[in-house]
Amino acid sequence: MRFRFEVLVSLKEGLLDPQGKTVQDALPTLGWPNVSDVRVGRRIELTVDAEDEATARAQVHDMAERFLSNPVIERYRILEVEGTGAT
Amino acid sequence: MKPRIAVITFPGSNDDRDALRAVRLLGGEPVPVWHADRDLHGADGVILPGGFSYGDYLRTGAIARFAPAVKAVTRYVEAGRPVLGVCNGFQILCEAGLLPGALIRNAGLSFVCRWVNVRTEARPEGWPGWEAGRVLQIPVKHGEGQWVGSPEDVARVEERGQVALRYCSPDGLEDEAFTPNGSTHNIAGLRNERGNVLGLMPHPEHAVDPDLGPTGGIAVFAWLFAMCGAEVSA
Repeated sequence: MRFRFEVLVSLKEGLLDPQGKTVQDALPTLGWPNVSDVRVGRRIELTVDAEDEATARAQVHDMAERFLSNPVIERYRILEVEGTGAT
Repeated sequence: MKPRIAVITFPGSNDDRDALRAVRLLGGEPVPVWHADRDLHGADGVILPGGFSYGDYLRTGAIARFAPAVKAVTRYVEAGRPVLGVCNGFQILCEAGLLPGALIRNAGLSFVCRWVNVRTEARPEGWPGWEAGRVLQIPVKHGEGQWVGSPEDVARVEERGQVALRYCSPDGLEDEAFTPNGSTHNIAGLRNERGNVLGLMPHPEHAVDPDLGPTGGIAVFAWLFAMCGAEVSA
């Protein structure tokens, strides 16, 4: 079975996100002065071959923890893309 | 005695040649090592040089950490041998968990490339070749040099005297104004608890030749050579 996931990685709360801040600072000059808390992160899409969904998801968690994110500075969220659960 | 110092070249390293040259200039024997090598050719110490290993993809240093040569570095660290990580090398050491914390995008977002002053901090117990309270002029050139850690990490490195270098004024006064990247507590360089791993953002290998400018980098090599039981011959 093939399972498709998206892993969303962003800087932890409380850490200054200079990219997010720069984007935020640019928004008022373009006419959107009412936007706050902009954070810029990274999205990783991947497909895992595995016996079942739980096994695939556990592996994605492991990969996110040990490689795709750095737990010192980042947090991650895993989304499963719908409609790709089987081939 | 001529210390044999390995310098690891990754795809995307660009300060490896300057590091090899600095080792030779200061009286050591440079040992070039390729990232795919499984051992460090019996060197006494090792340098992880600056650059953009693996294109800085994912995060700086994140992929280099899995290179066979870095596995050999981990064994060196466990054996108590000295390891110096410069810029990207510092980032790799943090990603590999050999130094605490992480290096993120500079607070000002800009890549910084200029000479800075760094102050050598109090010499940890038993640290050879390291003189505290000196101001070293060494260049930086990085986009991601802001050191951050969890509140526990920050408290721990301060308590245990792991801060080796801080950005400062030409007179050695610490102030955020002299820190080019927003680094926590103006930290420019960190050591591990055991004292055989040193990582720093400034580039000592670019500041060793009096014909080319200031020579603040020699003090950093003096530590590396001393850890190998040798002295620099500058």
